[in-house]
Amino acid sequence: MSSPAYHAPETIEQAVALLAGDAGARPLAGGTDLIVQMRSGRNAPSAIVDLKRIAGLSGIRALPGGGFAIGAATACTSLKDDAALAAAWPGVVEAANLIGSVQVRNRATMAGNLCNASPAADSVPALVAAGATCLVAGPNGEREVPVEAIPASPGRTSLAPGEVVIEIRLPAQLGGDAYLRSIPRTEMDIAVVGAGVSLVLDAGGVCTSARVAIGAVAPTVVLVEAAGTALVGTRFDDAALEAAADAVRAACKPIDDKRGTAEYRTAMAGVLVKRTVRIALERAHNNQGRSQA
Amino acid sequence: MNAPENKQQFRLVGTRPVRPDGVEKVTGKAIYSPDFVAPGMLQGAVLRSPHPHAHIRGIDTKKAEALAGVKGVVTGQDFPQAADKLVAGAESASNLRWVAQKCMAIGKVYYEGQAVAAVAATSQAIAEAALKLIEVDYEVLPHVIAIEDALAQDAPVLHDDVFTQGLAEKPAKPSNASMRFAIERGDAKAAIAGAAASFTGCFTLQPVHQGYIEPHACVAQWQADGQAQIWCSSQGHFAIRAMTAGILQIGIADIRVHPLEIGGGFGGKTTVYLEPVAMLLSKKAGRPVRLTMKRTDIFRSTGPAPGAVIDITLAAAADGTLLGTEIEFKYHGGAFPGANEVYSGVGGAVGHYRVPNASIVGWNVLSNIPTMHAYRAPGAPQINFAVESAMDELAAQLGIDPIDLRLKNIVHPGEPSASGVPLGAIGYAEALEAAKAHPHWSSPVEAGQGRGVACGFWGNYGGPSTASVKLGEDGSVLVTEGSPDIGGSRASMAIMAAETLGVAYEKVRVTIADTSSIGFSMVTGGSRTTFATGKAVIQATEGVIEQLKDRAARTWGVDVAVVTWEDGAAVHGDQRLTLAQIAAKTGTTGGPISAEAVVDPHDFLPGFGVHICDTAVDRETGHVLVKRYTVVQDVGRAIHADYVEGQMQGGAVQGIGWALNEAYVYDRSGKLDNAGFLDYRMPVASDMPMIDTVMVEVPNPAHPYGVKGVGEVPIVPPLAAVGNAVSRATGIRMHDLPISPDRVYGLLRAAE
Repeated sequence: MSSPAYHAPETIEQAVALLAGDAGARPLAGGTDLIVQMRSGRNAPSAIVDLKRIAGLSGIRALPGGGFAIGAATACTSLKDDAALAAAWPGVVEAANLIGSVQVRNRATMAGNLCNASPAADSVPALVAAGATCLVAGPNGEREVPVEAIPASPGRTSLAPGEVVIEIRLPAQLGGDAYLRSIPRTEMDIAVVGAGVSLVLDAGGVCTSARVAIGAVAPTVVLVEAAGTALVGTRFDDAALEAAADAVRAACKPIDDKRGTAEYRTAMAGVLVKRTVRIALERAHNNQGRSQA
Repeated sequence: MNAPENKQQFRLVGTRPVRPDGVEKVTGKAIYSPDFVAPGMLQGAVLRSPHPHAHIRGIDTKKAEALAGVKGVVTGQDFPQAADKLVAGAESASNLRWVAQKCMAIGKVYYEGQAVAAVAATSQAIAEAALKLIEVDYEVLPHVIAIEDALAQDAPVLHDDVFTQGLAEKPAKPSNASMRFAIERGDAKAAIAGAAASFTGCFTLQPVHQGYIEPHACVAQWQADGQAQIWCSSQGHFAIRAMTAGILQIGIADIRVHPLEIGGGFGGKTTVYLEPVAMLLSKKAGRPVRLTMKRTDIFRSTGPAPGAVIDITLAAAADGTLLGTEIEFKYHGGAFPGANEVYSGVGGAVGHYRVPNASIVGWNVLSNIPTMHAYRAPGAPQINFAVESAMDELAAQLGIDPIDLRLKNIVHPGEPSASGVPLGAIGYAEALEAAKAHPHWSSPVEAGQGRGVACGFWGNYGGPSTASVKLGEDGSVLVTEGSPDIGGSRASMAIMAAETLGVAYEKVRVTIADTSSIGFSMVTGGSRTTFATGKAVIQATEGVIEQLKDRAARTWGVDVAVVTWEDGAAVHGDQRLTLAQIAAKTGTTGGPISAEAVVDPHDFLPGFGVHICDTAVDRETGHVLVKRYTVVQDVGRAIHADYVEGQMQGGAVQGIGWALNEAYVYDRSGKLDNAGFLDYRMPVASDMPMIDTVMVEVPNPAHPYGVKGVGEVPIVPPLAAVGNAVSRATGIRMHDLPISPDRVYGLLRAAE
């Protein structure tokens, strides 16, 4: 019957100290997972450390060289409102804006989506495909790690006690990206399968780099390096797409549950990857056209 | 009381004024069940069984009672001994013995989520903490979930005193098949054998929930002198009173039930789940007690509509004339017997067609899931899915346009209805002709899509209602009735009273009164309210008009017989007294003006609908998208057109959800695996196209304004309309609901 303590620190150092000093404390950004889990009894933190009052944790900064730094408390809706970010990384922005409903996205953050460590998190495959990193603050200072290093298993992260993600960083866009998910309805749902793709082309349209990540088909979001390899050096002919799909299906280790059978999930991962590659490819071509013009 | 032929003569009937409860609702100020607060109120919480089937050896509540802040604990032992007793008031009579156990297990649990104990405490947190201190000693029993499993020879039998009803002889052994009901006419077997075309198939459906947004909730106050009050939302507070009084064995006049705004019911709020429990807690605690269900409780412990297994053969001559049908279906009745769906399933199966030879057999099958409860046209959508799918197959086999095939076989006015009584002024043929003439039907089917059509009907109902009409001193009009307003009925009652009186719509205010302030009114169900309660309102209004004419006659010193009522005024020659003028003088002309009417009409008429659906199927993923949907329905006459169209759209959307994604999913341990709106997938707005509606108005001559029930018909055809559309898009007959992406994907791959 005791309610958790609520802290609203104003600096990262204070937040880290509060988290490090209480093993039961949990950081709160949008709260769209944490509060729901508390209400259902799945999560009973001893303290809540609200990140939203910390200067610099809300908002998007352009980085030198064309990248972006997104504060951990930045709501998904704000990503859509940032024209430069939305133009550079439409796959990431769209993925973040598939989470929940409009009302949820006005609160929810990508950092929270990442640290909730659901294998079905929509923004994570798109971030992994994009080669995004995150800045982690902790008792021993800050470290920058790839996004895919954060989730450890369903509901668990690799963060050490007292550590908190404070920023997500996207590199400069050199090609195009996309994210698609499969759900039974058209919105307000959780991915049965999700696929994020990021591509870079040379002037002749040949793939020079490809990252493919899939969600909801394994305990964590998976970066399928073999799928990227299957695309590099090709012009995305049917055989290359099929080879990428084969690699993705081989990487699937899904479970049978109420949201889909293992067989259906594996099959959909292949279908989605091909569709996602086509969208990313079109965007990469468009970006190339723009940069040449 | 002949329905006028020309709609133009009505000032208000058929218009679309703002509903009187609208502003309160859209500004969030309306008081729904979970909002009501009584002074000194305690918070309650309910402990629910984790097991689908178990004996309760004992419940130890001592630790919970000892927790500071706990004011009362209730278990099944606090319920009076419940014997078989039928209580009327809802759509069908309810056996209190079963109703009581839907409120709280008494010695045995029959489904996961059944209530086993309840606590009242000074806060919600304390009440919930106390639940954890209650020790229940369960002897877990083998459980059974699926219909076919429950009928297996070695299936666990839920009740040792339930023997199949409706057989020629009482069976020797108890059974999960609680009842059989059949209609036999002609020689179905011979007719099918000699037919030019026939279709045979087995169709399955899963249980689905009514899905109202407002949770079940109530506040009960049972005083030391034995008198009690309950505040709750329901589809019928007189039914809540009857069941609560019956279960607790107290007098009807000792319980006063106050209706609150209702946030959806769809048939599911015609019974009690919480009220008797809150009453017992209040009695123990000596204070008012609130109980509110969580969404997971609603899914686990309140009535879904039954799933079904349906075997059908339907046969026709070469010209499409239906010759015979054999149908045997099993409905998924849940834990307790007694629901009505099997009767309506048998009666409604082919009630919209002339089928000279028919053998229709229905079974109710019990298993360890919550007991089925009424859901919009209860029992009809399931059987209709099989019948209208079979019609689609016959149309394809015979190369006949599916609308023409139906036109050839439909029932017409004067022909026997499903119950044998001749049909009155139904508008089925008119609805089919309107569908045929609609641009949707003549538009080309887009590439990769399929178009389905399906028809369906619902018998509707009349039944008892009470209404009173009073005049305010300023000439305003107060209507009081006892029918909870689910779909805009206060607006419709105000329109009918204002139309009859000849005054402005805004002059009439409608109150839904508590059980002690107005006479008995049956539940808002069976699509009866605008029809039956409307009749009561009109009759009471006419009683007021008689009094107004009488006052005018006295004022003028003439015989009342020569006074007429025209456009809101008493008229005699060139003399005229308006309603407001008469109302202002009631103090000196004989006192206040008021009239009450009690009705129990049975001259209601069934409604018929025709739905057209276009779907696109993603052949790689199995996703189905509804691209275009049109609802055509004989509505009698629309009183408030917005709310008639709204019923047509809402029913269609619920039916589409049933067809595409909604289903109860049980895990191997007999627990419901999707007890929430995330994984129990009702349609969201972006899943739906704009649902086009066509109101076909063939008035009911037995109602002053031609009303027929409209709320239930539109959920009947969509299951088959969607199924037929997907079948035509894929070339594969859809036998099983829901038509979910993984199922369609599997069917498409298997067909390759």
